[in-house]
Order: sequence, then structure tokens, then C-alpha cells
Amino acid sequence: MAPPAEVLAVRGLSKTFPGVRALDDVDLTLHPGEVHALIGENGAGKSTLIKLLTGVHRPDAGDIVFQGRDVSFATPLEAQKAGISTIYQEVNLIPLLSVARNLFLGREPRTRFGLLDFARMHKEAEETLRAYGVRVDVRLPLRALGVGAQQMVALARAVATEARVVIMDEPTSSLEPREVETLFSVIRRLRDDGIAVVYVSHRLDELYAVCDTVTVLRDGRRVHHGRLADLGRLSLVSTMLGRELGEVREEGLTKFTGDHHAAGTQPVLEARDLTVPHRLRGVSVTIRPGEVVGLGGLLGSGRTETAKAISGALATSSGRVVVAGVPLRGGSTPAAIRAGVSLLPEDRKSEGIVPGLSVRENIALAVLPRLSRFGLVSEARVDRVVDTFIERLRIKASSPHQKVGELSGGNQQKVLLARWLAMNPKVLLLDEPTRGIDVGAKAEVQKLVDELAEDGLAVLLISSDLEELIEGSDRVVVLKDGAVVGELAGDEVTEDTLMRTIAGHAPAGVTAAEEAGDG
Amino acid sequence: MTATKTDAPVTAAGGGPPKDTGPEGAARKERLSGLVQQHGALAVLVIVSLVASFSFDSFATGDNVGNMATSSAFLAIVALGMTFVIITGGIDLSVGSLFALGGVLAAWGSRHGTPVALLLPLVVCGGIGVVNGLLVARSRLAPFIVTLAAMLGARGLMLALTDEGAETYLIGKGSFLAELGQGTTLGIGNPVWITLALFAAGAVVLRRTRFGQHVYAVGGNEDAAALMGAPVARTKILVYTLSGLLAGLAGALNAAWLASGVTILGNGMELEAISAVVIGGTLLTGGLGFVSGSLVGVLLLKVIQNIINQIGSLDSSYQQVVSGAFLAVVVVAQTWLGRRRRLL
Repeated sequence: MAPPAEVLAVRGLSKTFPGVRALDDVDLTLHPGEVHALIGENGAGKSTLIKLLTGVHRPDAGDIVFQGRDVSFATPLEAQKAGISTIYQEVNLIPLLSVARNLFLGREPRTRFGLLDFARMHKEAEETLRAYGVRVDVRLPLRALGVGAQQMVALARAVATEARVVIMDEPTSSLEPREVETLFSVIRRLRDDGIAVVYVSHRLDELYAVCDTVTVLRDGRRVHHGRLADLGRLSLVSTMLGRELGEVREEGLTKFTGDHHAAGTQPVLEARDLTVPHRLRGVSVTIRPGEVVGLGGLLGSGRTETAKAISGALATSSGRVVVAGVPLRGGSTPAAIRAGVSLLPEDRKSEGIVPGLSVRENIALAVLPRLSRFGLVSEARVDRVVDTFIERLRIKASSPHQKVGELSGGNQQKVLLARWLAMNPKVLLLDEPTRGIDVGAKAEVQKLVDELAEDGLAVLLISSDLEELIEGSDRVVVLKDGAVVGELAGDEVTEDTLMRTIAGHAPAGVTAAEEAGDG
Repeated sequence: MTATKTDAPVTAAGGGPPKDTGPEGAARKERLSGLVQQHGALAVLVIVSLVASFSFDSFATGDNVGNMATSSAFLAIVALGMTFVIITGGIDLSVGSLFALGGVLAAWGSRHGTPVALLLPLVVCGGIGVVNGLLVARSRLAPFIVTLAAMLGARGLMLALTDEGAETYLIGKGSFLAELGQGTTLGIGNPVWITLALFAAGAVVLRRTRFGQHVYAVGGNEDAAALMGAPVARTKILVYTLSGLLAGLAGALNAAWLASGVTILGNGMELEAISAVVIGGTLLTGGLGFVSGSLVGVLLLKVIQNIINQIGSLDSSYQQVVSGAFLAVVVVAQTWLGRRRRLL
């Protein structure tokens, strides 16, 4: 099918950022009319590769040969002019300009007098967009369109600029199913026109629906490439995650100690049918006191969104959250905190710690209102709380007055944990609690999570680290594309079953989540 | 059962599509709020003028209207340049000083003939505009600070030229320059004709040329505009240059009208121009705006000023109170419109 002449050949591409080898000797070949899936987990190097191809970054080593010539793009614009267009996850157009103007910006048809020819522009825009299934008044500002239609305009623009290679970075993350179908038909048409497409997505169904070939990246290296049809879903997931099939470890690699069964007790957290447009579709999770429930799934499957929806940080369009029998008002973080829900966010730096403040101030931040009377803070009570948690969580700081920004990642995480534990929560939502902290600190945080559950806290654990998830959780709720696709309990909580569930191959013995059916 | 469930294609999975944004309804709302944004000020101007002409006998007289039109002309020219700058998401605080400097330069130059009197302010004020543009676009400094510095610098230069404002240069009667400022054509003051011509040209440039598209694109989303190939830096330099040129020209014409370079003019004019532009429907955040709106905005400010003068019993200081309140109402209305549009 593919003619011998490749349109893009990448050889030995490497890129190092301070402290990280982001891309290591990666090859990639694209033929005209090829739809190529580029996949990998967070930090695998996908974005870096795309950024090198489109001139956002310059490679440290390696060649990019585009249409037979060695190229080195200084800016995304140069890449685009040469014929490599990128469609970003976020629509990169101008919302206030009309649809037609967005489509034609920089190459508007002009009249004899050098003025813009709007009649022609509108007519051509309408014709172009009709082919993409978008029927709108092209004189309207772009923002009057739905996100899906905007994405189509971006696509139409990218293709119209005579692209030979179109890179699509998670193009479907904000599309409706109907729009996804339209996108696929557009991709097939591109393929027929001999345009090569690089398709980045975490949705396996989509990959198998539209892609011919695949490159799997892991830790900055290419770990697999070839025809997608030759690689089963299960192998795809295990290649991506770097786990051998059936490789079930006997001994734990983490510091988690067994189960903390609390069967029989009433759930303290009941989240039912949480739905957030484009993000979650009827996700239900229940946790009993003393139980650690893991959320499994690939990047973008809705794990973080579930935690945020429960904590009120993400407004839901339907569904409800009940904490200890009391329903929460949706979309209100203060209400969730009052009810006893604490969220340890994924991104410590931007959503958690205040680096310029001391350990003491960071810990006391959330609990201050409770330690004050008539608006005056009782210093003695703050000291008592802070000392208790520094000791209990074994936070290593020179003094409570040391700036949090000076602490190690693990200790920063503990400070955050202390902040929420000081609130005396009933439910603790942990989003990637050990990401980016060293091995020793990781073990300590894992041990802490265990102790907290033993003390009767209900814990929701999100982790991309499969071992951590498997060892740390009593049950694992598996998400895919924003919906629950399975729930593993007891002996089923193994890497093998987890990967099979993610891949959509449910082996015998996996309990189907009833919740998924009711949605 | 599990297998069928998990193998179901993503498109058919439960939950159903979240409530649609309803493209038709959205389009209708968008058109409506677009109309209000573009023509709201005009509607208010018509209503206020009608009420005023019924309430005050002296409002709708030829003399009064002519005076209002001529005195609006100079602010309008400044506001035209400001419109371009604000649509790119910038601001130009130097125009008031450049207006005064332009007037003094024109009057000073008029002794060497009209060409010098017209070219000198254009070259100097345009040059300051270029510097503003370069500092904003290339050095990536905040427009607010850059043009604030230019505002102080230009006023200082003007004071130096006039010996701390002690010396007033006059423009001789009968020169072409004086005719430009004071003469009439078809019974309407020449500055008014010049203003109308400039606005017509401005509208064509903004709506019908690539440069105009780039102005909107840069203000709408600078990063996206750069990715889409718009020359972001060049566009910014050009709008500040244009703003400087127009401010200088307005100052020169004003001096011609007054037959002298008056040094105390132009204080606070930048804020008046910004108010007029915003009242005219241009978003202060950039990306959306109309030159016709800015013209209407200027007229509205002048009409309100005129009405307060007509009332007579009101201290003229109340002009500013009313103008300020009006501006506040407009900005609140715009924010509200904007939110409605984004929520849909």
C-alpha cells in the first residue's frame, strides 16, 4: 500500500532537558497515506517528539528528513509552511474572529484592489467546511461553534495549508461520538489523498479504528513499532506500561501491607453517576471506612477528573456525592471540605504547596478557621497541631519555620498530607501521591497511606504506578474513556487482570461493575 | 456479559452525550449580542440626542451641532488610532501628550510653511509611535508602561520647546494650515471632513485588508495568531505608529483651528479616547472592535458634555461624573454580554 518513498524519516532523535533524557535515539518513518499511532504513557516522550518535529524544540542529536531533505525548523510556523501541520488538543484559533477569517487568515482571497474578497472567502469557507461535516454560518465568530466544530475548523485549516504530514495530538479529547466519526472519515480522506497522519490518543478503540501503524514510546525510547493490526490490545497495553503478560509478582515491591477489610460497614463515600461533559460518563465509586480503593486506567481515562468531581473542584452535570449519609452540593469545594473530603492534588507545585511559606504555615493553612476564635488565631493551638503532624508524618524539616520550597519532594508531599489530615477528614483522595519523589520517601508515603486506612480513613488512590495501585488498594475501579469498565476485588487485584480490563479483554473472574450498566 | 460491555464501541457507551450546546440557538444569541455590541452605542446616541433636542431649544441648532462636530473631530482622530491599538490588546497612554506636542510643532513649523507645519508633527509623533511599538513588540514590555513613559517624555519635550509653556507659537491667518483648521467646505468645518475621510479609510483598512485581519488576530489570541502565520511583531509596531501619527495629526489640526499651539491641551485626552473606544463597543481585552463605534463613542461623550452645558445650573465638573458613570455602565454591560456569549 505504501509507496517506497517516505514523506518523513526521523533517525536517532534525542533530546535532553535538564535532568531528564526526554527522548533517546528514536526513529520514526512515515509514508504518504499512512495513519500512524503514536502512543505512550505520561513522560514517555510523545510530546517531546512532536515538539521536535514541529520546530518548538531543537533536537540534541538525530536527523529529520522531510520529503527527502534534511530539515531543521526554527519555529512551528516554519514547519507549517514546509508542510507539517499540527492540531493541538486545545483549539489554537482565534475565538472572536469569524469562522471564515480563521480558516483563511494569512491567505485570504483578494480583489483586484488588494482588498479582501469576502464573498469568495465565505463561499469557499462554506464549501470547505461542508466536507468536514460542519454546516454553519461562516460569518459567525468561531466561539459560537461547539468545541467539536472548532476542532474541525482547525483541521480544515491545517489541511488547507497544503500539509503533507498532519500531527493530531489527542484530537478527540473534546469531541462528541458523532464528531469523532466525522473526524475519522476526514482522516480516511486524508489518507486517500496521500497525506500522512500522526495520531496521538489514549483511546484504544480509536487507535484500532483508524490507524495502520504504531510506534510505542516508553521512557523516551521506542519500544515497539510496526503494523497496529499485528499487535493485540493486550500486548499494546503491556508494551506501553512496560509489563510482561502474566507477570504477577509474588512479593510486594511496595511498602503496602495487605488488606484492611472493613466489610459490613456502611460506605462513608458514595459517588453515583458522576457525569462531566467530555470527561466523565456516569462514574460511580463507593468507599467504606478503612478501605483503600484504587482508580485504575490509562492517562486521560478520567481518574483525576473523578477525584476532582468528588471534591467539588470540577462541576458535574449530573450525579451526586454522599459523604457519611449527607449529600454534597456539587461544584463546591468548601462544602466538600466541611463534609470531610480532602483532595491531595496531582500537581503539587501549582495546586498544593505555597513554597514561600513555612512548613508550619502550610500545614495550618486549611485548618486555620477552626483554630481561631473571633477571627483571631490561637498560636498555641496551631503549634500543637503542627507539632503533632510533623512527628506523626515524620516530616524532615530543620524547624517548623523552614520554607516548604526548600524541602524535598517527599517531604513537601507529607506537608500537604498534614494540611488535609489536620482537617480530620473522613475521605482522603490521593492523586498520584508518590509522583516525582524519591524511592525512600515513596515507601514512607505508601506506609502512611496504609496507617491512615487502618485508622479508619476512606482512601481513594490514583496512581500510574501499577505496583503501587495493585499493592496499595483493596479494590480497584477501572476507568476507560471516562466510564467505569470494571472493578477488581480480592484476588483479582493483579497487574494481569488490571491490564486486561484496561485493554477491554475481561478474563473470567473479573467482576463487572454494576454501576457501569446503570449509567 | 462483561465482555460485551467492555467491547462496546466508545460511541455507543452509556451516559449519552452531555447536553448539547445547540448550535442554532448559540448562533442566534451570538448574532444578537454581536449587534448589541456593535450598535448599542449608536442606539444610545440617537436616543440621547432626540431627548436633548426636545428638551433644549438650543441643542439641535446648526451652530451647536457644528460646534460639537468640530470639537469632536480632534478627539475622534485620536480615538481612531486608539481603536487599532486596543483591538490588538494594547493601550496607548501617550496620545494626549503627542496631541499637545503635535500642536506645538505644527505652530512652530508654520513659519516655515504649511508642508513643514504638517510634516514635522507627523514625523516626530509617528517616530515616538514607532519607538512605542518596538518596545512593546520586540522588547516585550508592557504597553501600559512603555506608553506611560512616552507620555511623560513627549510632554517634557513639548515643554522644552515652549520654554516651560511660556511661549505660544501662533499660526498666521490665511495660510493653508489655518484654512485646514478653520475653513469650511459645503458649510461643514474642514476638520470634520478630514475626520470622516480618515474614519472611512480606517474602516476599510481594519475590515478589508490583511493588516486589519492581523490586528484582530493578534488581539484575539496572540499565540494562535503567531502559529497561524500572522506577523505579530510587525502588526503591533504598525498600530502604535498609526496611533502616534494620528495623535500628531489631530494636534496639528487642532492648533490650526485655534491658530496657535496651546501647551495646556491634551491632558487626560488619552483617557477620553480610551473611554470613547470602549463605549463604542471595542473590547478592552482586544480581539473585537469597530472604528464606527469609536466615532459614535466620541460623539456620545461630546453630546453628554454639551447637554450638561445646556442645563447650565449644573457645574461643568459634573460632565466628568456623568461620563465616568456612563463608561462604567458600558463596561458592565460588555462584561455581561461577553459572559452570556461564552456560557451560551
